[in-house]
Amino acid sequence: MSALPPSKLAIDAADLTKSYGDIEVVKGIDLQVRTGEIVAFLGPNGAGKTTTIEILEGFRERDSGQVQVLGQDPALAPLAWRERVGIVLQESEPTPELTALESLKMQAAYYDRPRDPLEILELVGLSDSRDQRTRKLSGGQKRRLDLGMALVGDPELVFLDEPTTGFDPSARRESWVMIEALRELGKTVLLTTHYMDEAEHLADRILVIAAGVIVANGTAAELAEQVHATSRIVWRYDPDGLQPPNQLDWSVPDESDLAVISGDDVVPKLHTLVGWAVDNDVALPELEVTRPTLEDVYLQLTNSPSEATPA
Amino acid sequence: MSTASQLKHQVDFDLLIFRRNPAASFFTVILPIIFLVIFTSIFGNETLDNGATVATLYVPGILTLAIVSATAVNLAMSMTARRERGILKRVRGTPLPPRIFILSQALTGIVISTMMTVLITVIGRIFYGVAFNLSTLPTLIISLALGAGAFSAIGLALTTIIPSEDAAPAVTNAIMLPLYFVSGVFIPDSQVPGWVSTVGNIFPVAHLNQALQGSFDPFVDGTPWPTDHWLVLALWGGFSAVIAIRYFRWTPRR
Repeated sequence: MSALPPSKLAIDAADLTKSYGDIEVVKGIDLQVRTGEIVAFLGPNGAGKTTTIEILEGFRERDSGQVQVLGQDPALAPLAWRERVGIVLQESEPTPELTALESLKMQAAYYDRPRDPLEILELVGLSDSRDQRTRKLSGGQKRRLDLGMALVGDPELVFLDEPTTGFDPSARRESWVMIEALRELGKTVLLTTHYMDEAEHLADRILVIAAGVIVANGTAAELAEQVHATSRIVWRYDPDGLQPPNQLDWSVPDESDLAVISGDDVVPKLHTLVGWAVDNDVALPELEVTRPTLEDVYLQLTNSPSEATPA
Repeated sequence: MSTASQLKHQVDFDLLIFRRNPAASFFTVILPIIFLVIFTSIFGNETLDNGATVATLYVPGILTLAIVSATAVNLAMSMTARRERGILKRVRGTPLPPRIFILSQALTGIVISTMMTVLITVIGRIFYGVAFNLSTLPTLIISLALGAGAFSAIGLALTTIIPSEDAAPAVTNAIMLPLYFVSGVFIPDSQVPGWVSTVGNIFPVAHLNQALQGSFDPFVDGTPWPTDHWLVLALWGGFSAVIAIRYFRWTPRR
């Protein structure tokens, strides 16, 4: 991936580190985003997502490492560089005294070649609220105005820091539609999220970050493969009934009333289990065979780094 | 866009934001007028031996109040609020030069101060027979510009010690209200103990008040040059500007 020519990379960061006091929050992150790509930076709260994205935005200084964003070091980039970068911060409110349209007009004049504020309102679905004071907008509408303000300068690269955190499911879906529209506009997007489904839905590629290191990098399907994915057979266990054969390697986890068989290939065991149950006229209540969901993959990925990289 | 048109654009929006902020508008525009009415109602407005009305003595103090409110008080509160809400950080993420944004805040304060000066002077003239000697106009203009500029810098410097939006009114009022009382704004210097005036004279409010008094002095002949008061204002303004440039934050403290 790093073999790509630099011009094809919108973001090229190597070995980024950042500490606050004694606490190292970013521990040597490598990150590359191709021009036109939508990449999700996925991780739990406190994993270092915002610190990393704010280094890339030029809001924070790194302790060490190299960064090029649109061919410039964000820590040293001139104001003209900001013409090409749109930013949706994790927390920022619109100016409460202005209307949605006025907010966009004020912002548009900061740029050399802005887009028409009315067009942007349409794009983020706020045309009907254009003359409403922003204090009266809902949380989801405010967030869409945020996105509009980041897009009004017609940037090449858009940073979205947790664009849907705290939204109800329908507001999230609406925001997803907006973000998908960025793909059609040809924008390069780096977004952070702690929702696996959001990353899966929006991104071409997912970088999973945990405790300041990137623990996985790939498409959603590739991530699932990267994790040692074990399937499970589960049923309600009857301690007083006939016990299943030991060769099945079953167990009942503590404080559980479910019996579990897990392994890479559970089909033969399922065959044996069901055969034994039919032969002995034993019911297997709530019998289930589960494959790990992406959520499980994510949890497994973000729980392991403490073992992988001792502090 | 050129620097001048960028500045004009931002001042237009900052004036609009000021106009639509009920608290800022009330304390800066309405309250000084109420004070003028109350003072003349309580203390009377008889004509003195020299032909000037008593209200003539109140107008400079009321103007001081309006200018400090339009600049230092407003900026300390609005810039802290904008900082804590991430509004300043978003501005910092655009190609707008930060100095244009800051300059716009000071210019907005100067524009509001000028409008208040005209308003208070006209109300005083029409309703309370306040004298205004045209020969003192240059003194008024310089005092107004210097005062509004200095107090804008003071407001920006104050934001550096205000931790949160909630703390902004408390910190600002705790500093400004006592200063109004010891600086001859509410109570004339001649009616307070000498040590109170001495304390007041350390701070810039008293000097803005005294610089403005020259412009409404019915006995004045020609154009007064209160250079000592201007110098103190310039020193406070310069000191505050240094603090603001060194410590001003664009990102929330939270």
